Amino acid sequence: MGNKQTIFTDEQLDAYQDCTYFTRKEILRLHGRYHELAPHLVPMDYTKEPDCKLPLALIVNMPELNENPFRNRIVESFSEDGLGNLSFNDFVDMFSVLSETASRELKAIYAFKIYDFNVDNFLCKEDLEKTLNRLTKEELTSEEVQLVCEKTIEEADLDGDHKLSYADFENMITRAPDFLSTFHIRI
Amino acid sequence: MAGNVGLSPHYLEAGLESPIDEEGVHDSFSQLIAEQSEDGPEFELQALARELDEEDRDYVNAYLTNPDQKPQGEVRQKPQGEVRRGRRDLDRDEEAEPLNQTAEKWSSATLRVLSSMPSRTIGRTRGAIISQYYNRTTELRMRRHSRPSIRDLHHSSRPSLRGYRVQSDSNETDGANEMKKQDNLVNNLQSLSVSDRDRMLRAMPLGVAAKSEIRRLVLCKEQISKAHGQIHCCSQLKFNVIIAARHAWYSWLSFLHSLQLWHVALKRVGGRFGTGVLSYFLFLKTLLFFNLFLFLVTGLFLVLPQAVHPPEPPPQGHLNFSGLELLTGRGYFSDSVMYYGYYSNYTLNGRSRMSGAPPNASADESASFESAPRGLSYNMPLAYFFTIGMAFFITCIILVYCMSKSFGQSFRVEKSHDMVAMKVFCSWDFKVIKKPSVALMSENISTQLKELLADVNRDHDNKTLGQKLCRLTVHCLAWSICIGSTMACALAVYYLADHMYNGRHLLAHINTMDPQLGGEASLLALPVGVSLINLLLPGLFNAAAWMEEYDSPSVRTYVAISRNLMLKMCLLGVLCYHWLGREAVESQALGQQCWESFVGQELYRFLLMDLVFTVLDTLFGEFLWRLFSEKVLKRSRRPVFDIARNVLELIYGQTLAWLGVLFSPLLPGVQIIKLLLLFYIKMGSVMLNCQAPRKPYRASQMTTIFITLLCFPAFLGASVCVTYTMWSISPSSSCGPFRGLKTMMQAGRLWVEQLERDTPSLAWLATAHAYLVENPLFLFVAAGIFLIVIYFHTQVVGGQRKIIDLLQEQIKNEGEDKKFLIMRLQSIHEKKRSPPRHSSSQDSAC
Repeated sequence: MGNKQTIFTDEQLDAYQDCTYFTRKEILRLHGRYHELAPHLVPMDYTKEPDCKLPLALIVNMPELNENPFRNRIVESFSEDGLGNLSFNDFVDMFSVLSETASRELKAIYAFKIYDFNVDNFLCKEDLEKTLNRLTKEELTSEEVQLVCEKTIEEADLDGDHKLSYADFENMITRAPDFLSTFHIRI
Repeated sequence: MAGNVGLSPHYLEAGLESPIDEEGVHDSFSQLIAEQSEDGPEFELQALARELDEEDRDYVNAYLTNPDQKPQGEVRQKPQGEVRRGRRDLDRDEEAEPLNQTAEKWSSATLRVLSSMPSRTIGRTRGAIISQYYNRTTELRMRRHSRPSIRDLHHSSRPSLRGYRVQSDSNETDGANEMKKQDNLVNNLQSLSVSDRDRMLRAMPLGVAAKSEIRRLVLCKEQISKAHGQIHCCSQLKFNVIIAARHAWYSWLSFLHSLQLWHVALKRVGGRFGTGVLSYFLFLKTLLFFNLFLFLVTGLFLVLPQAVHPPEPPPQGHLNFSGLELLTGRGYFSDSVMYYGYYSNYTLNGRSRMSGAPPNASADESASFESAPRGLSYNMPLAYFFTIGMAFFITCIILVYCMSKSFGQSFRVEKSHDMVAMKVFCSWDFKVIKKPSVALMSENISTQLKELLADVNRDHDNKTLGQKLCRLTVHCLAWSICIGSTMACALAVYYLADHMYNGRHLLAHINTMDPQLGGEASLLALPVGVSLINLLLPGLFNAAAWMEEYDSPSVRTYVAISRNLMLKMCLLGVLCYHWLGREAVESQALGQQCWESFVGQELYRFLLMDLVFTVLDTLFGEFLWRLFSEKVLKRSRRPVFDIARNVLELIYGQTLAWLGVLFSPLLPGVQIIKLLLLFYIKMGSVMLNCQAPRKPYRASQMTTIFITLLCFPAFLGASVCVTYTMWSISPSSSCGPFRGLKTMMQAGRLWVEQLERDTPSLAWLATAHAYLVENPLFLFVAAGIFLIVIYFHTQVVGGQRKIIDLLQEQIKNEGEDKKFLIMRLQSIHEKKRSPPRHSSSQDSAC
């Protein structure tokens, strides 16, 4: 109990609790995990809100992300600077969105960001190719990849601009019942 | 990209425009917009104008910074790579490429409008998010509270009709505007209730820092408004109570979280095998909670009072404990709180026990009620009756709730699972963290994608009539094999039970009361037989399914589930008939002491044998088979964990436990121990022996199906049996809380009569009881109402489904409309642009 008080103040914990899908205990556990990644960089005292960011390479080494083909994109989408440096707040954000109780819409927004490799607010063919190559570890031939891309865009594109905007993506996601359970990382 | 060289006159034309001319065109365009949209929503068009404005500036900039590079329109005419292009131009080319394919010639202006459409900026910029959530909170507030006066609000932040409108924020987001939006949002949040506010805050796609800033502002404002307005002491009190309640709620949540069972173990399984196998363990956990509830209820209200006031010890004294009792549940256990027979039929009270409870005649029964001293008394029969009844009732409610929730989650819209897009975006299981499993998963996904592509390319139904007939015959054959073997097994169980029953009575007549080891062990024959059937027949079914070659894996799973379910239901049906139809009715004629305890023991044995056989199956079927195939066959493939079969076994065991609660109140405790053991054994075995499943597994749908199965045949069957026993079978006359009564139901009636005699003012209760509980008409009416409610519910769900379909249709139509509008926009743009340069464009075209 005493230990808890030194890491965060009560208000901080309340704020975290109100703004994320985590309880106090989980926040503390998350801090533990974050601290574990770089014990010499991350302070144990967060009451003064220190400015501390961990680079992408460190975060990606977490066992939860290490084997994920989208690990770099996940970390980049949640980092404030877009380069993959995560502050503790970003870190909490990431796992809050990926937690079990996060809303479908929130998950959809971040999934869209993750799949949007070139950060142009659209999932275009280029993004889809990258996604597919990561999904299948480049086991499909390039013609097959082309075919799948075309088919995907044909199915999901509603406004005929031949790329998927967020609205298209969201509309498709709402029809996938399993999305909520698969877009989830237990921490 | 070289393909679009100079084919479209628009581009040519655009290419010849000088930046200065563009200005003029743009002005006229704004006029046009103003003309055309006098009564329309000017907002969008204003944005459009602003976009164009910006574009012009771009042109100028491009021109100024790079004088030798012609404006973008012309760039397109050049063969690619000739001119060094900035990132922006590159983007535009990319945007133009697909358009080229469809021959829809949109100018870059239109494209820019497109890319800043509200639906496309959601989740991108802070301002957009804030104003979106402002709209939502306003909507919510309007729904929850009285309507806020719209005049107070800033014009730009009035809620739009769609609720989804977002400020299409241009690049020059002025900080003041954003601050205003944020202020409005904070105001709205402040007026929401705490839970709504938290929900909104959590769902906002902003960083934690931004959210906690907003939260801080909200709290500040709250405090200021509190400090300003004179606070009544009662509202202060209310505030404090709310704060305290909130803290209590959080600590309760934390407590619940710390209770979270098996967090690490579940994470490991999920990380290695994905959602499918995980769902088995989650189901096991759910069952564990159900049993925990039952155990707590029966333990608290039945076992504990009875254990504190033990009845007269049986004449022959306690039997010695030998190891076999653990298996058979007899001997040492038979006269304990474990079984129905031990419970007394009188009112327990603090000081004196009612000595020598008269074994029969209800008159004596009521006498015992009367003589019970007032105060701390506990009417055991009544407690027994109501505890079991309430436990079943509450379980039923929880089950139905779980089921409806699960339905809501998984069956949003059907017939959409085999879309390529969904495969691409939703099939990756982010939980999986183990390297081999990840490799396997990507392999699976690529196979599935290939199959889907093949499906798309292949023409359907190229089978001949002969093939179809052949397949039909095979299906018929497989089904008849399955049904035949199930029937044979049911018959075998029936005769075995019959045989055991006769043998036991013969034995009882020949040598009275001489418990032999052989006799004890022979009791195990029936449970062993049934468990053996349960173990072996699914193998036969699998073989039949292998013969059939179903196309889709889901059909295969459903067929396997329905066959296994059929088997288990048949077996349980035969057993229930045997217990309730024969043991219960004929036992008294044959002078058996306490059939309820006997049935309880039987159920205990079944439960135990089920566990033993599951363990054996795990050992032989998974562990030894893995060793065999690795060492002898030198294959690297490991067995796959059969989720459906294992879940069905869990359901079977749970049905036994529910059936047995009445006869053996501690059976849920046994089931808890069994589930705990099972969890660790299965977990170890899965980790050690199995590999991730190859078939795709629609976890959420399957979970729904399993919960439904748990509710519909399992729980319903068990509760029908229990109700039947309570309602119409006469309990045995020499033991148990209901001895001497005609049915267990009478306990309630006697109590009511007693109450009526003691306090005449409660006479209405007796009438109510007579009409409501004892009259079957009331039950029928209640069941009818229940059915009607279910009917309405399904109708509502059906309606919602239709509405979803319609909405999907509407989304599609709106897409079409959007396309159309963009085309119009483009054509207006062209029309306005062409006249001044009509001649020049013609020149260039020549």
